[in-house]
Amino acid sequence: MALQMFVTFSPWNCLLLLVALECSEASSDLNESANSTAQYAPNAWFAAASSEPDERISVFELDYDYVQIPYEVTLWILLASLAKIGFHLYRRLPGLMPESCLLILVGALVGAIIFGTDHKSPPVMDSSIYFLYLLPPIVLEGGYFMPTRPFFENIGSILWWAVLGALINALGIGLSLYFICQVKAFGLGDVNLLQNLLFGSLISAVDPVAVLAVFEEARVNEQLYMIIFGEALLNDGITVVLYNMLIAFTKMHKFEDIEPVDILAGCARFIIVGLGGISFGIVFGFISAFITRFTQNISAIEPLIVFMFSYLSYLAAETLYLSGILAITACAVTMKKYVEENVSQTSYTTIKYFMKMLSSVSETLIFIFMGVSTVGKNHEWNWAFICFTLAFCQIWRAISVFALFYISNQFRTLPFSIKDQCIIFYSGVRGAGSFSLAFLLPLSLFPRKKMFVTATLVVIYFTAFIQGITIGPLVRYLDVKKTNKKESINEELHIRLMDHLKAGIEDVCGHWSHYQVRDKFKKFDHKYLRKILIRKNLPKSSIVSLYKKLEMKQAIEMVETGILSSTAFSIPHQAQRIQGIKRLSPEDVESIRDILTSNMYQVRQRTLSYNKYNLKPQTSEKQAKEILIRRQNTLRESMRKGHSLPWGKPAGTKNIRYLSFPYGNPQSAGRDTRAAEFSEDDSSDPGSPSIMFSALSLIGSLQKQEAQEIIPMKSLHRGRKAFNSGYQRNTRQEEYLGGVRRVALRPKPLFHAVDEEGESGGESEGKASLVEVQSRWTTDRGHGRDHNRSHSPLLQKK
Amino acid sequence: MGSRASTLLRDEELEEIKKETGFSHSQITRLYSRFTSLDKGENGTLSREDFQRIPELAINPLGDQIINAFFPEGEDQVNFRGFMRTLAHFRPIEDNEKSKDVNGPEPLNSRSNKLVEESRQLEPTGTSMSAHCCIER
Repeated sequence: MALQMFVTFSPWNCLLLLVALECSEASSDLNESANSTAQYAPNAWFAAASSEPDERISVFELDYDYVQIPYEVTLWILLASLAKIGFHLYRRLPGLMPESCLLILVGALVGAIIFGTDHKSPPVMDSSIYFLYLLPPIVLEGGYFMPTRPFFENIGSILWWAVLGALINALGIGLSLYFICQVKAFGLGDVNLLQNLLFGSLISAVDPVAVLAVFEEARVNEQLYMIIFGEALLNDGITVVLYNMLIAFTKMHKFEDIEPVDILAGCARFIIVGLGGISFGIVFGFISAFITRFTQNISAIEPLIVFMFSYLSYLAAETLYLSGILAITACAVTMKKYVEENVSQTSYTTIKYFMKMLSSVSETLIFIFMGVSTVGKNHEWNWAFICFTLAFCQIWRAISVFALFYISNQFRTLPFSIKDQCIIFYSGVRGAGSFSLAFLLPLSLFPRKKMFVTATLVVIYFTAFIQGITIGPLVRYLDVKKTNKKESINEELHIRLMDHLKAGIEDVCGHWSHYQVRDKFKKFDHKYLRKILIRKNLPKSSIVSLYKKLEMKQAIEMVETGILSSTAFSIPHQAQRIQGIKRLSPEDVESIRDILTSNMYQVRQRTLSYNKYNLKPQTSEKQAKEILIRRQNTLRESMRKGHSLPWGKPAGTKNIRYLSFPYGNPQSAGRDTRAAEFSEDDSSDPGSPSIMFSALSLIGSLQKQEAQEIIPMKSLHRGRKAFNSGYQRNTRQEEYLGGVRRVALRPKPLFHAVDEEGESGGESEGKASLVEVQSRWTTDRGHGRDHNRSHSPLLQKK
Repeated sequence: MGSRASTLLRDEELEEIKKETGFSHSQITRLYSRFTSLDKGENGTLSREDFQRIPELAINPLGDQIINAFFPEGEDQVNFRGFMRTLAHFRPIEDNEKSKDVNGPEPLNSRSNKLVEESRQLEPTGTSMSAHCCIER
């Protein structure tokens, strides 16, 4: 804990340092602007604060104007990144408040500094920059990381809720505010209907993705998650369309000119804009997927293709006044499946990380700009307008949620409960989207723009902070209340059993409702689309390619984490003690409980772990790994019976390692990123043909001899690698796995090394599966010892 | 979505299943479409391979036992009735059912039947205290 405090201090120190630096820059800038001209080349030769004539060659010069804009933008981004680092160092903080709160605070801080030093901030945000550069990365990232299957399962409800909800909110808020404006007492008489409607449309743009991170702490069910996610995704598009339409209306100066024909035309335009955007996106998605089919030899440009085509879809749609946001979303969704299979591993990682980075940068800039505008003189405070805006936002959201879901529940097999609806209502947090739209209101059409901006800022601050912070406890409160009584370990075991059973039955029932449609699409996809869009030389069976990929990743992971964990070894003994001993001391009970909770085979998580600011390993990949491991193990068992390999392990050690680590395992994120980069190394080593070979040996049926020959080769080879990487990871692992027994990594001849590690490999096998332990008890009594040698040498970290 | 499913599931059969298991009309239809999508051989019954094709069951430590629960003693195929009957054990108990007459045959998902089901399934793992635990919960 003290360590954490100390570490957080240093980022804040750096923060202060940077702030001080910026202040000094700002003050020097004042001097600069006083006595320097604005030309570029001569500037370089002017001295900073001295007033020497320019005959002397100055030794030290300072030119700030030249670099001002990029310099300050970079400083802002760095500042926000440091703040994020500090934010995440406090483990509890991300669960308490959404990260957007932090960004808003940083923005306000920067704004205060700029205001305080009377510095002219660079023009980062104007209409074209926002719509052309800042918005597309955010939307692209949202579309790319969207979990497609749950989205399309719930697409009906999502569309219904997002489209109609946005419309109802916008119109409702606009109309109610218009009636408020009619009241003479508030001094708002000059705000006409159109302006109110426009304000209503921009204020109804919610940014609930900000709160999704908070949902992770509490286990929100998948449907709820998808609804909120889908709403966030489609919301931007709808709001911007409405906004543009209403601006066009406003430009038609006179209110009386607007006839019913125009309103109908507006609705038709709405539909065309939406559908047109989506079709553009799909077309561009297919084109880019097709092109990635041929980029084998120049894999460095693969990320470029992906990004450029997505951006192109956005721009092309915008040219025709179609919805660029929907276009880019559709492009990302379409492209993702095929591109992921075509591109190389490194390009895939690059794309993911670059996307996250771009969107993070854009969002930071928007928030900082929001902060800058907060602290300033461009405000007009009107009590009535602001309070009523806040009130109407909540009221209309509640009305739309409850009304729309009441209707859609009639058609759903799994209706949304009242609790779910309350959560949806409460997650209506406004974010940077509304602010941007408010900021970009043309002043000519909106003489009272400042008031709108102020009201928007108030709503954003209120919802982001108050709702953002309290939604976590609210979700936990509304969830099934778990009793706090300390359960006996026996009960815990059985509860786990029940959970597994329940999850299994749920899987049998399936959670899809439109099988026929999905099956048809899959068939179509396989017959036509994949032939055109996927590279030719990929193995026909996706399971083999998946196997290859996962093998590489997995071996590295096991090496990193497996070597140093000693807890797995003690489990069998502990567990046996449970049966024999009547009463355990409380300390023992605690330690057993800790071991069990950290090592038990995790129930399959139904909740998606999407986090906007991190890349977490995909659950489907993990599950696929598990499947492959299990199949391998059963195959090995059947191959292994009767054979005794030189490095057979004594019975009683645990060899199988399941990857469903407990949720929140701090290593997982780091591991997977490293696994990605390590897989590069592996792919270059000569052992990879043998992976393919052994893959075939499992899936086809080669002779056992051959397989055994290859396996030793592979395992020895891996052994060497394991040592190198394991050694590096030593110190890091220690922090996480307390009480670890260090394996002496002496450079021994390979064979012996394998052997020695084979023994300690038992305990170093990472986390053990408790159920496996249970089944071993029974098999110990029932069958022979052979079962326990269910070794997977290919997966062994030697 | 519904056309192929509903022609193969006759109404009277649906009514029978409804009475026996207590599922609602829409639930039975949906489970039937799930049944047909699992049934790759399209012969109206499910075999163990069909269940094993579900990827999530493969990684569930109780997966094999769950699959076994669907197949009655010694058989290798399960038809839709059997499928529903097994699933009915796991239907959540609703409060309004408790008030129904207690003289009728106990609904399949009553607690005692659930306990029986649980112990039957968990027997291979040798945990005989699962029933006890059920009551505690």
